[in-house]
Amino acid sequence: MQPDRTAELVRLLRQRILILDGAWGTMIQERKLSEADFRGPPACGFHDHGGDLKGNNDILVLTRPDVVRDIHDAYFAAGADITETNTFSSTRIAQADYGLENRVAEMNRAAARIARECADRWTAKTPDKPRFVAGSLGPTNRTASISPDVNDPAKRNVSFDELSHAYGEAIEALAEGGADLFLVETIFDTLNAKAALFALDAYFERIGRRWPVIVSGTITDASGRTLSGQTPEAFWNSIRHVRPLAVGLNCALGAALMRPYIEEIARTTDTFVSCYPNAGLPNPMSDTGYDETPEQTSRMLKDFAQSGFVNIVGGCCGTTPAHIRAIADSVRDLPPRAIPEEAERAIA
Amino acid sequence: MSRVMRLAGLEPLAIGDDSLFVNVGERTNVTGSKVFSRLILSGDFAGAVEVARSQVQNGAQMIDVNMDEAMLDSKAAMTRFLNLIAAEPDIARVPLMIDSSKWEVIEAGLKCVQGKAIVNSISLKEGEAAFLHQAKLVRRYGAAVIVMAFDEKGQADTLERKTRIAQRSYDLLVDKVGFPPEDIVIDPNIFAIATGIEEHDNYAVDFIAATRWIKAHLPHAKVSGGVSNVSFSFRGNDPVREAIHTVFLYHAIKAGLTMGIVNPGQLGVYDELDPTLRELVEDVVLNRRPANGPSPTEKLVTFAESYKSAARKPEEELAWRNGSVEERLSHALVKGIANFIVADTEEARLAIDARGAKPIEVIEGPLMAGMNVVGDLFGAGKMFLPQVVKSARVMKQAVAHLIPFIEEEKKRSGVGGKPKGRIVMATVKGDVHDIGKNIVGVVLQCNNFDVIDLGVMVPAQKILATARENKADAIGLSGLITPSLEEMAHVASEMQREGFTLPLLIGGATTSRVHTAVKIAPNYKGATVYVPDASRAVGVTTSLLSADQRDSYVAEVAADYQKIRVQHAGKKGPMLIALPDARANGFRADWSRYVPPTPTIIGRRPFRNVDLRLLVPFIDWGPFFQAWELAGSYPAILEDAIVGEAARTLFTEAQAMLARVVDGRWVTASGVIGFWPANADGDDIVLWNSAKRDVPALVWHNLRQQNARPEGKPNYCLADFVASAGIADYAGAFAVTAGLGIEKKVAEFEAKRDDYSALMVKALADRLAEAFAEWLHMRVRRELWRYAPDESLDNAALIREEYRGIRPAPGYPACPDHAVKAPLFDLLEAERIGMTITENFAMLPAASVSGFYLAHPDARYFAVGKIGEDQLVDFATRSGLPLDVARRRLAPNL
Repeated sequence: MQPDRTAELVRLLRQRILILDGAWGTMIQERKLSEADFRGPPACGFHDHGGDLKGNNDILVLTRPDVVRDIHDAYFAAGADITETNTFSSTRIAQADYGLENRVAEMNRAAARIARECADRWTAKTPDKPRFVAGSLGPTNRTASISPDVNDPAKRNVSFDELSHAYGEAIEALAEGGADLFLVETIFDTLNAKAALFALDAYFERIGRRWPVIVSGTITDASGRTLSGQTPEAFWNSIRHVRPLAVGLNCALGAALMRPYIEEIARTTDTFVSCYPNAGLPNPMSDTGYDETPEQTSRMLKDFAQSGFVNIVGGCCGTTPAHIRAIADSVRDLPPRAIPEEAERAIA
Repeated sequence: MSRVMRLAGLEPLAIGDDSLFVNVGERTNVTGSKVFSRLILSGDFAGAVEVARSQVQNGAQMIDVNMDEAMLDSKAAMTRFLNLIAAEPDIARVPLMIDSSKWEVIEAGLKCVQGKAIVNSISLKEGEAAFLHQAKLVRRYGAAVIVMAFDEKGQADTLERKTRIAQRSYDLLVDKVGFPPEDIVIDPNIFAIATGIEEHDNYAVDFIAATRWIKAHLPHAKVSGGVSNVSFSFRGNDPVREAIHTVFLYHAIKAGLTMGIVNPGQLGVYDELDPTLRELVEDVVLNRRPANGPSPTEKLVTFAESYKSAARKPEEELAWRNGSVEERLSHALVKGIANFIVADTEEARLAIDARGAKPIEVIEGPLMAGMNVVGDLFGAGKMFLPQVVKSARVMKQAVAHLIPFIEEEKKRSGVGGKPKGRIVMATVKGDVHDIGKNIVGVVLQCNNFDVIDLGVMVPAQKILATARENKADAIGLSGLITPSLEEMAHVASEMQREGFTLPLLIGGATTSRVHTAVKIAPNYKGATVYVPDASRAVGVTTSLLSADQRDSYVAEVAADYQKIRVQHAGKKGPMLIALPDARANGFRADWSRYVPPTPTIIGRRPFRNVDLRLLVPFIDWGPFFQAWELAGSYPAILEDAIVGEAARTLFTEAQAMLARVVDGRWVTASGVIGFWPANADGDDIVLWNSAKRDVPALVWHNLRQQNARPEGKPNYCLADFVASAGIADYAGAFAVTAGLGIEKKVAEFEAKRDDYSALMVKALADRLAEAFAEWLHMRVRRELWRYAPDESLDNAALIREEYRGIRPAPGYPACPDHAVKAPLFDLLEAERIGMTITENFAMLPAASVSGFYLAHPDARYFAVGKIGEDQLVDFATRSGLPLDVARRRLAPNL
């Protein structure tokens, strides 16, 4: 288990804009792995597993750790300060699709260890640029505040308790594997996120210390709201109780469309702000499946930095190490957003 | 420094020390509302959801939900109800107050809310351990908390106990749990006063004093209370209860009460209370006892008797429910009340079914009878458009209920009820304005016409093909911008070419009877009729489609139009002078005494995602009422003897909707402006791409007034206000919109068959776009061009245009050519902020404004009016256009 690195992170965040890594799915798809790769050697115990595992990217931390290690290394080489564990779907709820509910603790622990080992290796190389591991907690594939049945709006296919138990299991294993912080990300339903935050707070109480937490929502379309209907400021109000190290937005819209919403977050929050957009909008004709080149994405994130919106930047779907390198270069000399002393503003 | 409590539903609610009193809706409480309790106990959750909706619609900024009822599985009821309202965005937008005396029910509620709620309540009743445990969990679930002034000994009923328990609870929360102090709300207990028991007389005074003490001694803590308790002794006497609530809140809010659980329908205005009643109530609330004589309570009880008889009983408001089903349907339609419409429609259907008649007869019978009343009142000017659109909403809901039965009946019998006729409607190609067209569509549908609405920017071929395929009985065309007039004439000639004979209806703000008669009707041999407004649409259409009226009506219109054409041909146009003479009589500014100001920026500057709250104060409401076909100037229209009531209702609802548009960020307002070096070159204004003034960025070809002017009056042209080469003058340009993202909300309302709200949102977006232009122009004058840094004008003065400089918009009288919008948009790179133009130069989104800025102190608006053939040729040459293209573009001025 890692020591508490909150103070170190806060010090760095006051000095400069930190860089988060980029897309994982895109990078894994590029490797064109087969079903056999996903199942791994017999010792992994997946040879007899019923049903396909291909596409279950998170399982690679057990079956092809070399691939996962390469991606962490590629992003660190590109200039990332923080890498995410390859655990976006490593909860009991998301892994139910593959029948792997009983392997999630193992997956989270292995994912954190691989990321830890890479981060430590890079930190040893350049001690003045310490590297961090963020335990990724994805949204799961179910929503706690939206009905799956149009005829019964009160129905739910997952409960708050199921979500918080599932997250609790992942959190414990990520911490044991060596995560420095947690990243609750791609939040399309704030109630799911609140279950993750509930589990984090309960875990912190049990262990007797805290880890830094970054909370990152997703504005799904130009309505400027999350899938579950909240505005950015309402979203911030709803997750603020966990006292996050940073709050921000990722995924869905590219940076261009995200601008007004990250601006709203920057205007209303009194903590650090993170932003890691997709490389534009999906484009099936492009190699990465997304529109923007590294130059385009980085130009927009530079604009965010110049506008004083951000403290942590990186990439989501469709971004590559080249994007991250361009982003890191573009914000290197720009000051981080200063946290307003009292960002409070009462509405009469 | 004030620390703000930040709550959230789908939208944020911040409550700081300087916030106004926050109303918490109390009706979704089984212990406080018999109606709600009955709905929940009978399992009618859909009805219960409507109670929540009406609370929010009536202004509750939060709603309190309580399911504490012995006969109920409170946990399950709380979960189900909260899950249901989570699916209703117009309820879920406000934060929730989860109210229960049982912790397990509160916890069940906390597991359902994505926003930040308030727990109501926890207390020291069961000791510190339980209190701390619950507080820690409240924080972990991410809620704020109300602490009841209650401890192991019981509820605090004196000032001393209230403050002591408040202090102890606050200290435990802040010191032991780390609870944010701004998220702590103390409820010092509101008890009933005027009960006749002397110990109760000081309860209100104690609450108010406790409130003042909490605000002074517990930093950042808030204060709340259940207000209705205080007047409990006067149950059944609503005017007195209302007065007690009003007086009590008046004093409690002054003492610092942050929020209260209230029935918004039971609040009055302090200053408007009957002075005698107010005085008596004040004595009771503040416990001001005379030295001798009857106590304040006794006096109030005596006085209250006289009030009781005059009490407004809610039953009276529902008295219409006692009528026959036909009367109820008619009432609901005329008043636009949707609450009971489905049940009443069903009742009417069952009655008709029992007679062996068809379900369509519900529409043809009682519903149409009701709509006929609406139509008559509308025609007689006793009802106004906003009310009619509301009626239409109710009608649509009734019809929607009947459709499945009608379909079934059709299947069974093979025939259906026949609508009065089928009309294909469209806003013509190149135009995006559809508010008026939608109103006409709604009104026609309510009158049992089958309307096929093709939307906006519809090419002639599509309109004709749709009409043919669907065997339409008439075609209706609409448009707002002047090029649409040409397009309508084009559609008419296409109808002629393709051999159509069905009637063509023409409507829209720029259309007119004269234009239809002179420019459109001659292109088409079928009946071509101008429809001045929605109220006439039904009459015109009915006459045109009725077998016995049709011929005489068509002949009448044809004769009328022929007369207009003759008059028009015979009418001598204004006396025009030759173009060189008009130029010689142009406006001459004295450039030797005037140094053009230099803008603070050169080139473009975008304003993205402008805070709508900044724009609201700049709204000019006058045109808003015109959009709804209510005649009169604002604000006088609100007091107008004829339309005043309708205008007030519309205005109130517009304000409520505007608050939702603004708070919910339903639309995005973005704009772009720019300044360039500029010079006049004859009647052209050249905007240069650099200070070298050698390469033009845009050449704006202007027109000059050519009518014979009285002695001393110049023939104006906008180029007169810009200096010729040799003087460093400048011009600006702008394009702004407040319509980005509007489609989603409009579609949501339309999906709910709520055309009224859909139209309202569009009309408000138009107003916001104009307000945006006004606001930006002010900033241009004061900061960006900075030629009037000290200007300070109020909105009325802005509307009267009492400032220096103008912002002429292409398509308006001073510069009637729309086409310059294309280079204007290119120059401003308007597409980068999401604005585009159609091939006929209509702006998208529709709620947009664009134009130029001119700063000369003598610059003024004027109408170019009619121009001569010589200026047309000159314009075509200057613009490099073929003469026939120029002629079409300037048709309205020829």
